[in-house]
Amino acid sequence: MKLDRVLRRSQAYTFYQWVSRRHAPEAGVIFLGQRRVYILPTRPGITFACSLVLMLIGSINYSLSLGYILTFLLGGMGVVSILHTFRNLAHLYVSAGRVAPVFAGDTAQFQIFLENRSDFVRHSIVLRCRRAAVNCDVAARAAAGVLIPLQAGRRGWLQLERVTLETRFPLGLMRAWSYVQPDLRALVYPRPDASSLPVTAAVSESGDAVAAGAGTDDFAGLRPYQASDSPHHIAWKASARSEGLLTKLFSGSAAAELWFDWEELPDLDTESRLSRLTRWVTLADQHGLRYGLKLPASRVPLDSGFEHRENCLKELALFGLSDAPGKT
Amino acid sequence: MLPEKPSRETSGTLPLLPLVLLFAGAMLTIAPHAIWLPWWVDAVAGGLLLWRVWVALRGGSLPPRWLLALLTIVSAIGVYFSYRTVLGRDPGVTLIVLLLSLKLLETRTPRDVFIVAFLVYFVVLAGFFYSQSMQTAAWMLVTVLINTGALVGFSAPSRPVADNLTTAGRMLIQAGPVMLLLFFLFPRVQGPLWGLPQDAYSGMTGLSDTMTPGSISELSASDAIAFRVKFHGDPPPRNQRYWRGPVLSEFDGKTWRAGFPRLRREASLQVDGQPVDYEVTLEPHNRNWLFALEMPVRIPPNARMTADYLVISLPPVRTRMRYEMRSYPDYKAADPESDNAILARRLPRGFNPRALALGREWRESLGDDAAIVRRGIEFFGASRFEYTLLPPLLGKDSVDEFLFDTRQGFCEHFASSFVFLMRAAGVPARVVTGYQGGDTNPVDDYMVVRQADAHAWAEVWLQERGWMRVDPTAAAVPVRVESGIAAAARGATGLPLFLRTNIDWLKSLRNNWEALTNQWNQWVLGYNPDRQREMLGWLGMQQPSWQTMTMMLFWSVAGVLLLVALWLLRGMRRVDVVQRAWQRFCDKLGRAGLARASTEGPLDYASRLALELPARRAAVRAIVDLYVDLRYGTLGDPASVSRLRQLVREFRP
Repeated sequence: MKLDRVLRRSQAYTFYQWVSRRHAPEAGVIFLGQRRVYILPTRPGITFACSLVLMLIGSINYSLSLGYILTFLLGGMGVVSILHTFRNLAHLYVSAGRVAPVFAGDTAQFQIFLENRSDFVRHSIVLRCRRAAVNCDVAARAAAGVLIPLQAGRRGWLQLERVTLETRFPLGLMRAWSYVQPDLRALVYPRPDASSLPVTAAVSESGDAVAAGAGTDDFAGLRPYQASDSPHHIAWKASARSEGLLTKLFSGSAAAELWFDWEELPDLDTESRLSRLTRWVTLADQHGLRYGLKLPASRVPLDSGFEHRENCLKELALFGLSDAPGKT
Repeated sequence: MLPEKPSRETSGTLPLLPLVLLFAGAMLTIAPHAIWLPWWVDAVAGGLLLWRVWVALRGGSLPPRWLLALLTIVSAIGVYFSYRTVLGRDPGVTLIVLLLSLKLLETRTPRDVFIVAFLVYFVVLAGFFYSQSMQTAAWMLVTVLINTGALVGFSAPSRPVADNLTTAGRMLIQAGPVMLLLFFLFPRVQGPLWGLPQDAYSGMTGLSDTMTPGSISELSASDAIAFRVKFHGDPPPRNQRYWRGPVLSEFDGKTWRAGFPRLRREASLQVDGQPVDYEVTLEPHNRNWLFALEMPVRIPPNARMTADYLVISLPPVRTRMRYEMRSYPDYKAADPESDNAILARRLPRGFNPRALALGREWRESLGDDAAIVRRGIEFFGASRFEYTLLPPLLGKDSVDEFLFDTRQGFCEHFASSFVFLMRAAGVPARVVTGYQGGDTNPVDDYMVVRQADAHAWAEVWLQERGWMRVDPTAAAVPVRVESGIAAAARGATGLPLFLRTNIDWLKSLRNNWEALTNQWNQWVLGYNPDRQREMLGWLGMQQPSWQTMTMMLFWSVAGVLLLVALWLLRGMRRVDVVQRAWQRFCDKLGRAGLARASTEGPLDYASRLALELPARRAAVRAIVDLYVDLRYGTLGDPASVSRLRQLVREFRP
């Protein structure tokens, strides 16, 4: 019984647990305590040890006193380097940062913060996840943000997988590493296809356009440019004469409002429909149009602007999926 | 086989500055070898190094593999032709140096870098075959530092070189205690473990077992130390300090040779007066004889005494060696007339007719052996001989020419001529070589005997007295024995500089330096199984078993490493202290029913507490502010930390 408890508390057991199981992401700040940092010699480290044995044999054979000194000095340095390598990684605080949504097939940049509360610099810490490997230094009593690029495969939530933090500083003879899985997921939008905006889709639902509503038909005047305005509507000539950019205002009801409807694309399969709708949403947003989205289970009312776009794309990304982070 | 990634083929993937440091380390480690390496190896190694530096600085590509393979084969063949073998110490080191230079041209991947760095360590070790002086040690330490700095650089490419060197230096310093423990406690074995190559001990200087005119004066140009002596009492006066070496009985007209050594079977030495006790630290000379004052009575372990009263060690002296000795300056070597004495009358035919005639004349006119010896000493004292390090060249009848024509010579001329005259007169005589004199270093009271003190004198056999020392040089040039060689050959250019000079500070500098070197020799280079046993004896362990030694070594190294670990990890603990104090504060409040919610930040928590515990408002405020500042702000001094701990300790909800 006692042995079992000892085993449970041992490094090897913790390590075994980590490598053998799939883990739920860890929320909050992850502290790399002693029990989470593993350390083993690298291949050059083993070569180094073998060289030292050869050097010792040579020193004994030729009775070289300075040979003994050199061998023991290098041996001592090798052992001390274990401590240095361990110290370089242990007691770091790892926390999740942000990750911007991406389209499927693009690369999501997962941001991870490494905080160093010690009085010395942490050098050359490599974060590995899948094939990505990012190197960073963390200054003393400071934090550093690291971006881990991961290829987004399918739409939906992309959960950050287990990240290996490792370091071989200072001599490269030892490798200290630890596994973390910060709770960080990226929203992956469907991949837009190459279609253009539907002409027929320019149907006003209500029929009676709001008189004051903005349209694209008749020129109605100029106003200062706002970030959400479409670049197509910038009055370049007028802007050149004035201080800042000016946007042309149009009035009218036709083509002002677009509804993107799932039902209008019957000849496509689900993912292709989502791709088409995604494309339309991005195009409409680029042109600064007002648009809405109709999906079998939900609808996003007419609006424009950045937030609206995000809402629509999120609906498309998570279509048919649960909102909870999926098991990728 | 995995396909090679194309990016690895260029040299640009390795960071430049650590690479330059690596080259510097390689250059420093090869440099001391340049003196003895064949000239073409120096040229090739230098050329390859320059080529690599050029590629690193100017860009361009490294030579292809086939070219390097070709160069390696050509170098190996070159080594074979230089040494006529590839086995042995010198060819081996030459090969390693060439391999290192060639490997530099193949440093493409981190793996290559490690191989180069480890090869550099090997060449550093190989450097100790040729010299183990303090200067070499310092030079090699610098090399190791730079090489290690390069390794650090490759694991943190963006750091400045100075920082990398600092890190390397720190690690070496932290490795120091471990090194010292291992050095003193690691169970020592007397090498060699297997047969050493033939050339392992070449290049040691010292007396030889033959003497031709000029062989000892050659030695006198060297101020290398032959041995050091620590007297346990007062040293005997200079004119009695004859350190006995090889005894030469056979003469062929030109060269004196030692006969085949025979071990002494019975003790025939009668001694009188006070003995002199001393300890000799002999520099290795790759011969068997151990020097001792005339006449030695104690024989160190693993040594014997020959019939000529010469102490010889059974294995040749190849490492610095210490032995205790006891001698009686007042002795009577009353050998019965033996083969030695018969041998000591032989003369080669057809040499030195004039000296032969003189000797016969003495025999006829005097008749008595003792009177002949006295006449011989008088002859040397009365004739005007000149003592010089650069005697004129002598022809076939060297004794005749020296005695009657040139009259300029060195101790070997005097000894050789005297012994010849004695033999011509029918008195058994032989040449004894060794050292005469020695100077005490006032810094550490060790007497230093140098190669320059090498001397030759004569021994004659008299019926009632046995073998008796006669120093014809002392008879002709008394100052040589009274004051040493420097006084005898004043102004001679052949002498080492320090022997010619009288500048006091130079002498004292030299004395200090040599005392330091002596300590180095005694404790670092001369640390052998005997010395280790001696030291463990001081520590109270007589003859510890290897198990005890291993345990002791293990625990002491573990203890030292623990200290180093505590030192290294000390910076990590302070944060925990702050966190622990905060946790304690929260726990105290938790017990009072005001536990902090997991989502609640310290400031939110504080404002809630302020409402719930209005009486403790100030204390809570102080603790939280201090905590927030320590944790997230710029504050980090130990005083604030201890203040927080104190506040928390005193806090009562």
